[in-house]
Amino acid sequence: MSERLGIVVSGSLNKGVEVRLDSSASVEEMAVGRYVTIEGEKQRFFSMITDVSLGVIDQKLTVTPPDISDPFMAEVLAGTSTYGTLHVLPMLTIGGEVASLIEGPQPVKTVPSHFSAVNLASQRDVELVFGSEDERKFYIGTPLDMETKVCLNLEELVKRSNGVFGKSGTGKTFLTRLLLIGMLQKSKAVNLVFDMHNEYGWEGRNERGQKVKALKQLFPSRVAVFTLDEENSRHRGVSTDFVVKIGFDEIEPEDIVLLRQTLNLTGPAVEAVYQLHRRFGKNWLQEATDLKDSEETRELLKDLDIHESTFQNLKRGLATIRRLPFIEPHAPTDAVKRILEYLDRGINVVLEFGRYRDIIAYILVANMLARRIYTQYQDRTEKALGEGIAPPRPLVITIEEAHKFLNQEVASQTIFGTIAREMRKYNVTLLVIDQRPSGIDAEVMSQIGTKITCLLDNDRDIDSVLAGVSAKSELKSVLSRLESKQQALIFGHAVPMPVVVRTREYGSAESYKGFIPSEEAETRKQAEKDIEELWG
Amino acid sequence: MRLILNTAEPQRVGEVIDASTTDFTAQCYELYQSPPLGSLVKTRDLPLELYGLVYNAATTSIEPGRRPIARGKDEASEEEIYRSSPQLMKLLRSEFSALVVGHRQGDRLYHYLPPKPARIHSFVYLCPPEEVKEFSQSFDFLNMLINTRLPVSTDELIAACLRQMCQVYEDRHAFLVAAGKELAILLSGQFNQLKAILGRIRE
Repeated sequence: MSERLGIVVSGSLNKGVEVRLDSSASVEEMAVGRYVTIEGEKQRFFSMITDVSLGVIDQKLTVTPPDISDPFMAEVLAGTSTYGTLHVLPMLTIGGEVASLIEGPQPVKTVPSHFSAVNLASQRDVELVFGSEDERKFYIGTPLDMETKVCLNLEELVKRSNGVFGKSGTGKTFLTRLLLIGMLQKSKAVNLVFDMHNEYGWEGRNERGQKVKALKQLFPSRVAVFTLDEENSRHRGVSTDFVVKIGFDEIEPEDIVLLRQTLNLTGPAVEAVYQLHRRFGKNWLQEATDLKDSEETRELLKDLDIHESTFQNLKRGLATIRRLPFIEPHAPTDAVKRILEYLDRGINVVLEFGRYRDIIAYILVANMLARRIYTQYQDRTEKALGEGIAPPRPLVITIEEAHKFLNQEVASQTIFGTIAREMRKYNVTLLVIDQRPSGIDAEVMSQIGTKITCLLDNDRDIDSVLAGVSAKSELKSVLSRLESKQQALIFGHAVPMPVVVRTREYGSAESYKGFIPSEEAETRKQAEKDIEELWG
Repeated sequence: MRLILNTAEPQRVGEVIDASTTDFTAQCYELYQSPPLGSLVKTRDLPLELYGLVYNAATTSIEPGRRPIARGKDEASEEEIYRSSPQLMKLLRSEFSALVVGHRQGDRLYHYLPPKPARIHSFVYLCPPEEVKEFSQSFDFLNMLINTRLPVSTDELIAACLRQMCQVYEDRHAFLVAAGKELAILLSGQFNQLKAILGRIRE
């Protein structure tokens, strides 16, 4: 049964409606982000509380407040002379219109009439809006103060790039683990995770320091762990599938461009990289760093029109890269090829960085691998289109510290900028994880389909996450009031309306059970697959 | 003085001696036996029954020109005065006035003025608890009280009336809170008046 809260007294479609609370409903029990339904004459409006305020019928009350130590007085005044109001934002309409009956909840185009009754949304309403867990939908959490499941349509989710944002320590990593598991189970996409802090492949730790299982432990047959730091992985007891080594000849000028800020390179130095590459070809990095301080070198530099100090600046930068232990003159096996092999088999790849957590290694490797995978995918998709064969499996690339790749200065140059902007066509999308969304280029932000954000309190970050969303100011108040743990606001392509969820439990033995499909379901799935194969 | 409310037959308390559309005055059969301030009384003018709220009571000499004189100088107690001059009981009279707040026609109860005033010499009864309960199901009469000019303060009358009515309820508190909420809405612009009334009805 639904619980009546009050009635609509005023409002507009743009700004939302004002609801006057009944005296029986306590203002203190309301919470921003909670769902209510408004019973209009012809349809029901599924809405979210975005503000709670207090009103008095007579201004004298605020000047000479009554004696509230008298319970009788307080009880009489509550809900009559003094009352609570809710600011409620209608989001969807349920029932009524034909389209709404057939296709489910529709976006609102009007407001409920005066004095329509407002109820707390029932479990059924929430289920109707967010659906229940099925083959495509993944249970991500529950709405505030409710037991219903909020489900993300992962099939839709992976069609676009997505973002997970939030301050440090607000649960981004846990959320991302959930999303990865969801994608692994419910979508056809495969994941490539650049795992800077070694949290997604093998076990990670929660804030209390307890061990938490990660992908490979839960789905050993569907996840491969690649590592850059074999020794570290061995110490941690991770069973790795492949050790990634990178050859000098695999590094291209574009990779250096991206590292410009981190390596403290000047503009001319970056220019010089291209010239050196033109001169030496594939082996430019080795050749350039091997150049001795000799007359010959000076001649060469003069020839290439590179200033001496510029070259020194560049050389210092390149030396930093050469010192990275996983970089060798010639890599024994082609890492990209190996990664693609795994991905083609539907196995998700997590690349651990081991001890090399500094941003230089991360940017270099992620950019380099992603660029080459991008080229492969582009070729294959185009080929598939031309020849009418199946396109490659959709790929989701997960990157952390995304603002380093996607900030305004480099977004147009890095491969991640391109992927975010146009790779949807080539079946590659990004899962961007970041704590400073304001650092990400606005153009890239605008292409992100679904945003999942934990608590943010910097105004610029909030603005950049909410840019372009209708009812921005209302969501802003919701976002800045999220709890710092286990709560997230989800909005965008994969959910019918913005939703605040208490994230699903992750880390207990109980919770793992929920992820691993029961045998029965597995058998059924297998049977279906067999039938499909048999009959085509 | 506490009246016995649980009689099966309505208790007769007086007889109408003066009536208008908005109120009526009744004389009590016994001296000093007027119903308490704020109690609900009724009088009949078939097929109508008129309901009134007692807003005033007075005891005066039966002759307007003759005022009573002090007699107790040599008496030991106040009762002795009446005992030694029994004629006093016949020379004085008690009256009470009631504000008409509704009427009943057939089975239906209306919380507004009846078409005709009460008739002179019709009997006035004190309403039994069930009837008080029935009448106070709706607080429409409060609006009438607030908007009437009376020799007694409206605040006092409203408070007295609610205090009387709540006696018939098991959950007096709930009744008073509900009435208080109604008043809070009616007196939305006059918080001080509301406060005064609420102060008089809290238990």
